[in-house]
Amino acid sequence: MKSAQEELIARTRKLAEEVAGVAAEACTLMEVCGTHAHQYARYGLGELLPERVTLLSGPGCPVCVTTAGEIDATLELARIPEVTIATFGDMVRVPGSESSLAHERARDADVRVIVSPIDAVEMAECGEREVVLLGVGFETTMPSVAVALREARDRDVGNFTVFCAHKRLLPALDALMAAPDVQLDGLLAPGHVSTIIGWAAYREFVARHHVPCVVGGFEPDEILRGVLALVRQLAEGRAEVENAYPGTVSEDGNPRALALIDEVFEPCDASWRGLGMIPEGGMRLREEYAQFDALKRFGVEVGEGAEHPACQCAEVLRGAIRPVECRAFSNACTPANPLGPCMVSSEGACAAAFRYGERPGGMSESGGKQ
Amino acid sequence: MCVAPPFRIVELDGNTAVVELGGSRSTARVDAIEDPQVGDYVRVHAGLAITKLDPDKAREDLVLFRELGML
Ligand code: SF4
Repeated sequence: MKSAQEELIARTRKLAEEVAGVAAEACTLMEVCGTHAHQYARYGLGELLPERVTLLSGPGCPVCVTTAGEIDATLELARIPEVTIATFGDMVRVPGSESSLAHERARDADVRVIVSPIDAVEMAECGEREVVLLGVGFETTMPSVAVALREARDRDVGNFTVFCAHKRLLPALDALMAAPDVQLDGLLAPGHVSTIIGWAAYREFVARHHVPCVVGGFEPDEILRGVLALVRQLAEGRAEVENAYPGTVSEDGNPRALALIDEVFEPCDASWRGLGMIPEGGMRLREEYAQFDALKRFGVEVGEGAEHPACQCAEVLRGAIRPVECRAFSNACTPANPLGPCMVSSEGACAAAFRYGERPGGMSESGGKQ
Repeated sequence: MCVAPPFRIVELDGNTAVVELGGSRSTARVDAIEDPQVGDYVRVHAGLAITKLDPDKAREDLVLFRELGML
């Protein structure tokens, strides 16, 4: 009997062959999901696909699209003596203009890694220090931060605040289509975000840009099923929203999660690394939750910030270059000494490319041909 | 945390659940899912269950995660 893994590899190979059979013309597709980027590198999907089908990684890693100015603001917060920073692990080593949370921690800042935002509320409740939660992430993460904020309000936790740097995915896709250095023929929409917002949310985007958009799952075969749906649409001259991840992603998403987001946050213009200022590209706290705004409480402002001059994360995030095309990749910039966020986050395209390297023949990670 | 494996709800107390994966337990909030029940498989993101999963698919995925050494 074949193992589940062998079956997965067989399914994935077969799908790659189907893609080759359907894709008549050269096309450039983009995935916008950190998990896709990771899986793509891990399984060498680029090598499995025919050369005329290019699959790029886009701005799908929330930590990576956080701007240098926002990182600097978190560092400024971390330097306030009474503040404890509560953050998801990926943020700790991301370099700002001159430092990182890891550096600040070495200089006595109190930086705690949390798995769940609720933990930050409890941390505040159990102590005297001012706990600042870093609210970083797309629609997938917003509901859990919203739950934490609601809990803090209900339990009257006065020493808890959030630095709200959340980003909204859909406005960024519009910005991506407008970027002069990228030309996309199809979009593989992110599974986790789509779980929340639903696949119908992409309808207007597709109508505006006439570009096929398919929601894909995370396993390599699920990703290729999404790619197959995209090339099929292109071959047939269609541009529609399609859900290649049924069972998990529904038409209208998760209404409870959406209600949680809406209760606590409201859209605002926000700057994205690689894409610049995007109208309604981010979230801020609603007036009812203004007392929990860390920037207001501590009088910190988000400035311009400076990216490392050698780092090309901006281009990587737009899909204008691949990680290996960055001059610093794997020499000046490695996971041990990252120059930009894309090399830090486990969802970053540079980190994935470094970790799994080139995969001639594809699928070598999971025991396929080397 | 890259590819989220399926967690199974083993205890429920209001909006807080004990979830289990590969023998280890943790807590997760279930505010965002409809009618959570002990035994449900859920996808958990940042400590919050964001969707229920089809139990057959969840069990298949668990086999794969185990084989890939991810559990
Ligand atoms: S390899 Fe490093 S320096 Fe180059 S874009 Fe990626 S993170 Fe930035």
